[in-house]
Amino acid sequence: MSEHHTHEQTTRSPYAARIRAIEALLLEKGVLTEPEVQDSISYMEARSPANGAKLVARAWVDDEFKELLLSDGKAAAAQLGMDPEHPAEFVVVENTPKVHNLIVCTLCSCYPRAILGRPPDWYKSFEYRSRAVREPRAVMREFGYEPPEGVEVVVHDSTADVRYMVLPMRPPDTEDLGEEELARLVTRDSLVGASVPRASATTP
Amino acid sequence: MGRDLSYGPGDRVRVLPAEKPGHVRTPGYLKGKSGWIEAVIGRFPNPEDLAYGLAGRPERNLYKVGFRQADLWDDYEGPAEDILYADVYEHWLEPGEGGTA
Repeated sequence: MSEHHTHEQTTRSPYAARIRAIEALLLEKGVLTEPEVQDSISYMEARSPANGAKLVARAWVDDEFKELLLSDGKAAAAQLGMDPEHPAEFVVVENTPKVHNLIVCTLCSCYPRAILGRPPDWYKSFEYRSRAVREPRAVMREFGYEPPEGVEVVVHDSTADVRYMVLPMRPPDTEDLGEEELARLVTRDSLVGASVPRASATTP
Repeated sequence: MGRDLSYGPGDRVRVLPAEKPGHVRTPGYLKGKSGWIEAVIGRFPNPEDLAYGLAGRPERNLYKVGFRQADLWDDYEGPAEDILYADVYEHWLEPGEGGTA
């Protein structure tokens, strides 16, 4: 280990080191330029679960918007000033008192990045990817959510050109909350369906 | 979109139990399993070619296919109503038994 390495470099995983090496080669060979790499980083950093929370909160207070969100996710996102520009389709699935949805990508880590940014690490783990399809109820229990009796669990494996997001149900006892307060209840995990928004999440 | 569709919503289908080397978007746990067409998603460049820098032509029909969880896993924990959806390209499907669901 060279003493010139920074702390960040010495703790980097072998995968990160490999990507750095590939990036350096691509730049050196002129396949990529530094501004392109920066643009790509800015693109991802401009997106976050806060976008999903905004879409959900608007759908909770505006039935017409909810209809649009469920029928044309990209149009709904564009209406709230988001840029859903991405070749993949963006489909929002609705949780109801009878149906609870859970999203996974068993083949890799497909996720509505154009809206939500990078997926959480657990979403990319082998454990989540293999167990979410086989024992979705056990996985949700580990996230602290157990669907009530009589609720059907529907798993969406995003195997191809569609990226899915869950529209969770509005938690009870939130009638007095405004759109922004509602958005704060919507967690990243609830947009994947691993959990559900809870009214208590407002308590600081 | 929607040209030359071999299947429509409600049709029973089976995922081909085929092996194909390289990049495929059909997960192994669905191979040989039976389900139904839930929806027609559209036509997309074939990802099996795109992955190797090819154009992916002709585009392929993509379907949202539904499966009963109990048909996928012998030891599935949960009610018979639980469902799994996956998006499967037409060339990975064959007509299933029982015709239209």
